[in-house]
Amino acid sequence: MRARVMDRAATVVLTLIAILIIGTLVGLLGFILTQGWHKLNLDFLTSPPDIVNAGGGIGPQLFNSLYLLVLTMLIALPLGIGAGIYMAEYAPDNKFTQFIRMSIEVLSSLPSIVVGLFGLLVFVNMTGWGYTLFSGALALTVFNLPLLVRVTEDALRNVPRSQKEASLALGITKWRTIVSVILPAALPGIITGAILASGRVFGEAAALLFTAGMSSPNLNFTDFSFGSPTSPLNPFRPAETLAVHIWKVNSEGLTPDARDVADGAAAVLIIAVLLFNVSARWFGTWVYKKMTSGSN
Amino acid sequence: MLTYNKRQFTENITGRTVALVCAALLVIVVLSITYFIASKGLSTFFVNGVSISEFLTQVKWDPEGEPAMYGVFPFILGSFLVTALAAIIAAPLGIGAAIFMTEIFPNFGKKVLKPVIELLVGIPSVVYGYVGLSLLVPFIREQFDVLGFSLLAGGLVLALMILPTITSVATDAIEAVPQDLRNASLALGATRWQTIWNVVLHSSLPGCLTAVVLGMARAFGEALAVQMVIGNTTKLPGSLLDPISTLTSGITLNMGNTIQGTPYNNALWSMALLLLAMSFVFIMILRFLGRKRMVK
Repeated sequence: MRARVMDRAATVVLTLIAILIIGTLVGLLGFILTQGWHKLNLDFLTSPPDIVNAGGGIGPQLFNSLYLLVLTMLIALPLGIGAGIYMAEYAPDNKFTQFIRMSIEVLSSLPSIVVGLFGLLVFVNMTGWGYTLFSGALALTVFNLPLLVRVTEDALRNVPRSQKEASLALGITKWRTIVSVILPAALPGIITGAILASGRVFGEAAALLFTAGMSSPNLNFTDFSFGSPTSPLNPFRPAETLAVHIWKVNSEGLTPDARDVADGAAAVLIIAVLLFNVSARWFGTWVYKKMTSGSN
Repeated sequence: MLTYNKRQFTENITGRTVALVCAALLVIVVLSITYFIASKGLSTFFVNGVSISEFLTQVKWDPEGEPAMYGVFPFILGSFLVTALAAIIAAPLGIGAAIFMTEIFPNFGKKVLKPVIELLVGIPSVVYGYVGLSLLVPFIREQFDVLGFSLLAGGLVLALMILPTITSVATDAIEAVPQDLRNASLALGATRWQTIWNVVLHSSLPGCLTAVVLGMARAFGEALAVQMVIGNTTKLPGSLLDPISTLTSGITLNMGNTIQGTPYNNALWSMALLLLAMSFVFIMILRFLGRKRMVK
């Protein structure tokens, strides 16, 4: 009899926990979106922030976040996929492979602020570049690499062996097989992982405080040369991203409407992250359907 | 047709080498992070002559005073307290949710709770900090008539941040328990809860501990969300409601305001080295737990 009562009680408690978690998420999203809703207009999204007066926007920050995302992925994706290929297809079972695995583990559990400080030392000071988008992209590459390697390795391992063997049996070299048979088949998994990694890049701030910097020059959106200091495309200029901006406004915002700006920026960031999350699922399934050519 | 031609041979070798270089890069990055952070962090002791034991145990942090005091004990204590608090709150909830998802309502768990947890993972830490700052801190201020910025606020924000990590890892661990064990227990007349408590949880214990340690590693290294809500004073806290500092928040706030190479700046790098050392400790604990699971 006691056992049955305990069983009931446990079920109730566990259900309450589940409801609590779902309630928290709904509350969290609801709070952020309702707080920031009134700021979501074109003017806020495109105009530059104002340090002293009310009414500033987040235009440059939003652009910086997107541009940094592109830069980071240009560097991180080839490296991550390359290392993933090695781990899935070549890595022999020896000490060196174990050491690589250990390194992946270490990298993925490093606090992002430590990665940021490493970036400050190496990419900012030693290279003499100063706070630049490019330093930020390199730091974020370090930060994202373990995730991308893992995702690639898993995706490659999930490709049926028969596909690989069929290709090898036709006399196609191993490298050709990897590039033209295994990699395409693993693509949906890799894309899903890459989009999730992009979401992380978009929201990351601690590693960027010390690499991409906490300020943005006045950008001239008619100048698209890579060299000019006010050109938005110049990778060697400091750049404050949206996430860093949220942190800065919350901890040292001086404008009278700092609260408002923080509300709006947080809403934009959350919407972006939700988009990344949903598109990762949707795109992964879509590519998978395309690749398997119409099987259900 | 089956003879190996020269072009194919070079292609194979090049491909393999490129993949190997990408993988080796991971090792190089980890080694250089360790080297650079350590070389900067150790200069406090070897160049500025601060004794290691004083650094770790002194409670007075006054790097700009005369004489300067470099006791980082308040930061270390803060990091441990806030991590422990987050784990105490998040571990039962996370493992409870994992049980709910796998044992009680697997359908609902897979369809609703799992996506919810994945969404929580994607929310950037500055957004958690922002919500903590605009919701939690004022709430604590009004309820307890204190400042609001506190150990409690930090612990709650971190608990929410590590909850998804704990839940998803614990879910994997519980799912890995063989169905036969459950059936055997139920066949002996045990209730569902008795089965969960005595059989499922017991045999997935190393996995659940892994989940909690992973969460704690994340909490220990988290920087910005904590910095925003914790108050950042270097006094030892008297209660849950007092403001404190953590290693990460100390570094975040002061790194930008100090000059490279000064003893003050070096002390901050030593704090970063402590963070790095702690993440190695967490990895060792995780490896130990992983080996326990292999024996099972």
